[in-house]
Amino acid sequence: MSDTAGQPLKTAIQIRNLNFFYGKFHALKDNNLDIAEHRVTAFIGPSGCGKSTLLRTLNRMYSLYPGQRAEGEINFYGQNILDPKQDLNLLRARIGMVFQKPTPFPMSIYDNIAFGVRLYEKLSRGEMDERVEWALTKTALWNEAKDKLNQSGLALSGGQQQRLCIARSVAVKPSVILLDEPTSALDPISTAKIEELVHELKSEYTVAIVTHNMQQAARVSDFTAYMYLGEMVEYGQTDELFIKPKKQETEDYITGRFG
Amino acid sequence: MNQTLYNQRLWKNRIGIALSMIAMALGLFVLLWILVVLFTNGIRAIDWNMFTQSTPAPGSEGGGLANAIVGSLMMVGLATLVSTPVGILAGVYLAEFGDRSRIAEITRFMTDIMLSAPSIVLGLFIYAILVAQVKHFSGWAGTLALSLIAIPVVLRTTENMLRLVPGTLREAAFALGAPQWKVSLMVTLRAAKAGVVTGVLLALARISGETAPLLFTALNNQFFTMDMNSPMANLPVVIFQFAMSPYDNWVRLAWGGALLITMTVLVLNILARVFFREKISH
Ligand SMILES: Nc1ncnc2c1ncn2[C@@H]1O[C@H](COP(=O)(O)OP(=O)(O)OP(=O)(O)O)[C@@H](O)[C@H]1O
Ligand SMILES: [Mg+2]
Repeated sequence: MSDTAGQPLKTAIQIRNLNFFYGKFHALKDNNLDIAEHRVTAFIGPSGCGKSTLLRTLNRMYSLYPGQRAEGEINFYGQNILDPKQDLNLLRARIGMVFQKPTPFPMSIYDNIAFGVRLYEKLSRGEMDERVEWALTKTALWNEAKDKLNQSGLALSGGQQQRLCIARSVAVKPSVILLDEPTSALDPISTAKIEELVHELKSEYTVAIVTHNMQQAARVSDFTAYMYLGEMVEYGQTDELFIKPKKQETEDYITGRFG
Repeated sequence: MNQTLYNQRLWKNRIGIALSMIAMALGLFVLLWILVVLFTNGIRAIDWNMFTQSTPAPGSEGGGLANAIVGSLMMVGLATLVSTPVGILAGVYLAEFGDRSRIAEITRFMTDIMLSAPSIVLGLFIYAILVAQVKHFSGWAGTLALSLIAIPVVLRTTENMLRLVPGTLREAAFALGAPQWKVSLMVTLRAAKAGVVTGVLLALARISGETAPLLFTALNNQFFTMDMNSPMANLPVVIFQFAMSPYDNWVRLAWGGALLITMTVLVLNILARVFFREKISH
């Protein structure tokens, strides 16, 4: 894999022959894909095509539910995370996830962020204060939240809550951040802020984002994958995929003749 | 629009509303009646002596309910201290850990039976396994019997409230790499806090008025005691014995005790509502 300038890129996650099943339902079919390190990869496709399912295999979220299973390989820096021996908590600390609806914990803004950090790091009060400020600054929430760190995270607006959730993920310093339609419940201004944030995140993190918004995919991502009915139809550099898609199906979808 | 159909519906609606208003008025009337009788009789008994003196011996004048009030407070308080952690932890287990396991199914089934079992049966059970063995009634036995009534109430409310917590909140905590027990105790239980507290308050209200399980366990004690190993006076049993007695001062005290319990239960219910409302508004 290489970037627009032809420079070779390091692969963070390598997906090989991935199949996913909800009981008997075959939701992902033989997916193959490399997710590049420190780049934004967008997943697009019509509703129900398996975008969320794919994201939920990457942090093994599906393992919470009996009856859901994945076959194949997902190599995260060379280690197959589908291995039954994989420590799920450690994996999830390294591959963070933000959901469609904001999910602040019922605790203060400060504790929302400290909760995840405390799981794997022992910081002094001062260091924790710094980390909280750092994460909130990164998500452009510091100015709005600095005077109410002790107030409930639920008292923020929807857009602020979503940025808090991203801050919470960022604060534990994972290596990958998965975003599942992070802006679909937000107004245009909050959306713009989060897009900007995604753009900044990639200098330190590998980002995978699911979106229904073509413009958003085109704006924020370096690579785009178009999925349809559980299959990886086309995958490539975002510019190429949007300007001259190789497959007719992809073109139909991104030009809105399908959906 | 079809005019006759419309008129028909209008009338059906009016009749429906009228019937439900009558039902409501009937219910309210009976409730008010009870409260009025309780207040007019009970208020005469409430004075300083009621809280400072112990229950009078047969035929003696005056007296109060101090021993019964303290006994009730101790047994109900201890039963709450026992049943709150047990009920909450078991509820967390059912909602978050065991879910579909065999043990969870059995626990749920037993809880349902205990919830619907007449409280006299639970009293009898403690009588058989404890009182009959050590051969004397005691405050501990009363506490145990009350705990058995409260645990399933707390357990069930905790489980139900935890089930109302959206799955996405749970997933969000797991997504940070939190282990199950931290997710359950620090995130989901906290999200369900208001509901769980409501459950504890309702259980408290329920056991404050229970008479049957105490008859076989704590029984009664004419004298003031804080020794949990001896029989213990308590409001419900005192009311039960005094109300049917021929002595005027006993009957008066029974009314006073009844009013006291009712007020306590009323306050607990209001508190439970306030707690729950706060949760909804957040
Ligand atoms: N818990 C589940 N049990 C059974 N089938 C499921 C479950 N979750 C999703 N599916 C099915 O798997 C397929 C892929 O679902 P998924 O949620 O991944 O789609 P998606 O691409 O994220 O759609 P959307 O854009 O609407 O979020 C769908 O056909 C869906 O019905
Ligand atoms: Mg989805």
